[in-house]
Amino acid sequence: MGQVNIAGVAIDVNDEGYLNDPSQWTEDVAAVIAKEEGISLTDKHFEVLHFLREKHLAGEQLTIRKVGKSGIVDIKGLYGLFPGGPLKKSSRIAGIPKPASCV
Amino acid sequence: METETQTVETTTKKVNKKTLEKVCIICAKGSIEDVYAALVMTNGAVMEGIEAKLFFTFFGLDAITKKQMNSLHTGTIGNPAMRMPGGIPFPSILGMLPGVEAGVSSMMMSQMEKLDIPPVDEFMDMITAGGGEIYACKLATDMFKLEMKDLSEHVKDIITIGQFYELCDGDRTQIIFT
Repeated sequence: MGQVNIAGVAIDVNDEGYLNDPSQWTEDVAAVIAKEEGISLTDKHFEVLHFLREKHLAGEQLTIRKVGKSGIVDIKGLYGLFPGGPLKKSSRIAGIPKPASCV
Repeated sequence: METETQTVETTTKKVNKKTLEKVCIICAKGSIEDVYAALVMTNGAVMEGIEAKLFFTFFGLDAITKKQMNSLHTGTIGNPAMRMPGGIPFPSILGMLPGVEAGVSSMMMSQMEKLDIPPVDEFMDMITAGGGEIYACKLATDMFKLEMKDLSEHVKDIITIGQFYELCDGDRTQIIFT
């Protein structure tokens, strides 16, 4: 899809709205994408987002089970934070690629 | 301004695509692979924001029966796709030997654990945590003499096939029989 202008910076995104380059991510970028998903971010959201980024950058494949075991939030809580797409939405807001896992 | 444009486009795309809204999955078999196929599809739906109902019947009831749910097996006889590690063919006659089925089954479970696929009860935890619903078939529970107290706490109710169809309403609903 090319570029979108978020918080005054041009960010590269793909046609599903995921960031092409996770290093372009900032908390401001997260807030704008989250708003688009109808979510207003709290500290808890950011804890999850930072956890996802950390695991992604370490090369780990992410699953909701992994987030559930992170100690940040249980799976029910994760659904509460990102309704209708706990892993997809959180990954998009965290500026990492669309999850490629089936669980 | 550009952000706004994108919002509109993404939304339009969603509207045009007419995504699936509900899946109703029926599992009638109790081997590891049959039960997991149903669990993965149900959980996958919930994770995508698709409403999901999972209905267990006949031998599939093992997956929600407290006594059996965490010791499911995979059949080692008459499965032409069964291979030994390294892709060597698995002679059916081996599958008859005591302990082979249990060994193969625990190997399957450990392989799945490596992929972060949870045991049956934890998988059902994940499904219900996301709002998915699990049901048992009335006819089959009567036949196997099972009651709610014998079933996993994740089972919402024992229902008839008619009640199941009532749950399957909506234009963009699919019924999947595994």
